[in-house]
Amino acid sequence: MPLAFIWSDFAQQVTSGLAAGAIYASLALALVLIYQTTNVVNFAQGEMATFTTFIAWMFMDHGMPYWPAFVLTLLIAFAGGVGVERVLIRPIEHRPEIVIVIMTIGLLIALNGLTGWIWGPEVKAFDSPFPNRSVIVGNVAISVRDIGTFCVCLGVVVLLWLFFRFTTLGLAMRAVAFNPDASRLMGVRVGWMLALGWGFAAVLGAIAGMMAAPTVFLDPDMMIVVLIYAFAAAVLGGIDSPIGAVVGGLLLGVVINLLGAYVNFVGNELRLPTALAVLLLVLVIRPTGLFGRRVVRRV
Amino acid sequence: MTRRWVARALTALVLAGAVVLIAFLPRVTSEFRLGEFTYVAIYFIALLGLNILTGYNGQISLGHAAFMAVGGYTAAVLILGQEGFKLLGQQPSDIIPKHGMTPIWTIPVAGVVTGVIGYLFGLPALRLAGVSLALATFAVAVSMPSIAKRFEHLTGGGGGLSLPLPKAPFGWDISPPHWLYYEAWGAAGILFVVAWLLVRGRVGRAWRSIRDGEVAAVSSGVSPAVYKTLAFGISSAYAGVAGALFAIQNAYINPDTFPLTLSILLLASAVIGGLSSLSGVIVGALVLEFLPIYAQDPPVLDVSFAKQAAPVVFGVVLMLIVYLMPGGAAGLLRRLTRPIVAAVSRRS
Repeated sequence: MPLAFIWSDFAQQVTSGLAAGAIYASLALALVLIYQTTNVVNFAQGEMATFTTFIAWMFMDHGMPYWPAFVLTLLIAFAGGVGVERVLIRPIEHRPEIVIVIMTIGLLIALNGLTGWIWGPEVKAFDSPFPNRSVIVGNVAISVRDIGTFCVCLGVVVLLWLFFRFTTLGLAMRAVAFNPDASRLMGVRVGWMLALGWGFAAVLGAIAGMMAAPTVFLDPDMMIVVLIYAFAAAVLGGIDSPIGAVVGGLLLGVVINLLGAYVNFVGNELRLPTALAVLLLVLVIRPTGLFGRRVVRRV
Repeated sequence: MTRRWVARALTALVLAGAVVLIAFLPRVTSEFRLGEFTYVAIYFIALLGLNILTGYNGQISLGHAAFMAVGGYTAAVLILGQEGFKLLGQQPSDIIPKHGMTPIWTIPVAGVVTGVIGYLFGLPALRLAGVSLALATFAVAVSMPSIAKRFEHLTGGGGGLSLPLPKAPFGWDISPPHWLYYEAWGAAGILFVVAWLLVRGRVGRAWRSIRDGEVAAVSSGVSPAVYKTLAFGISSAYAGVAGALFAIQNAYINPDTFPLTLSILLLASAVIGGLSSLSGVIVGALVLEFLPIYAQDPPVLDVSFAKQAAPVVFGVVLMLIVYLMPGGAAGLLRRLTRPIVAAVSRRS
């Protein structure tokens, strides 16, 4: 360790790690929402997020204030997510998983190209609704932007949890994730519940994109790295566990940030491979993750 | 004649035609065009490997460009040696051999090195099925550039390594592009035969049985551990050879030579050509080389699009194929030739 260990530095690394982790958690939760119902990892989740973030940028570029643009983007993202499920996934939903995965990869390629085609490959600055200054708590300087990012991401997660826990629609969606055949017999419209799940996932992705864009800057490839962190977070928490995704995201954000800051070998360049190592380790040692359900295969 | 013999005779005829076409192409085409067809051979090799893994064994890989990078770097480092590194103003690591090797001999070495690394990666991958494996390989592809940048004494870092254009051996009087073309297609031909021998025999049967039902395969005495890691090793060796040829043909390699996009497009082309079909691989390779070029400048129409048109077309084609003809181009071909085979065998 090159630097003397200072507590305030450490606390600062933890808080900025939590902010990054909240972004990973949102996108990880989006992946889990889709995985729970369709048993498929949506490889296009990151590109869908990027695309919607560009839509938000376009609104603001035309002079719309931040929060109206934010809400409008979320609505568009929701409609887009539902549309993707209806048009692309539904016709092939009974085919093997590998086919659906390849479909999402096709969407990834096409959306990535389309984003660059429409808005150009240049990196764009994206406004943050939160000021870029710090508040001092104790003797730790915490960036207001980090606090805002954290609150927005986790606020949406809490809202979503309330929705799933306390509304009939939420109950129906949970039922579909748990047992689609039984739900269909009970009169739940399974197809539409799946589409809603894709819609919510797209909304979570859009939030992750808009929160990440001020720091990583807006370009067509911006979410690919975030997507890997989200994959790692989802796998760490258990790919079928929503709580796991959130905990995994926050944990990964903090750990990666600390490793990057304090372990010389990791530094800035090896953060991503570190996430990869986490992903592989979890998959090999404990494939169900921290909170996942064990799947028993019967012969 | 039975239907089977007619089908075999037709296949042999088409193969012979392809060999003649490949052998005579350099006489009728420009050196620039020839370079494009060299890349077709390189993609053909990589896709053969990917098809063994994904098509025949059912293990999805989104990281094959990373394995190509391993092969490419192995070849580049061996061609340069420590002396070559110093000439480029790079500080070489001590584990690099002092003197450079003749380029062509680095190709099999790259294949073996990448094959061993792929085999080792296949060991933890045994615990991953389907989607998790896709995830893990995807993460490998995304991380590869930053790993390559970090170990710059081995890879030349972000500045990359420039390679000399190889001369034809045995005093053969042809230009480097021609030599590279024959070299790449020679390797492609050998590896095609190897792949064909592998998938039609005992090993191929074991691979397919694991893909179609692992439990049933185990019950019949096929060990998934042995055959899945074998598929990973062989598939990576193919990727390594392709990567080595790519680096030599490109005469330059840096961490962005084998980007994530290439990994994704490789899988897309394998699907477009047709999984678990060796004849589809050539279609996949042609698509991978020429679709981006023609998507940008459509041949007949008098328009040209932005560079980003290529991925859009690629993605849409992939989605349509998944939707409309799951067998890919090879599946379509089979459906088209079936009536011909039937007609010929009825007549005789």
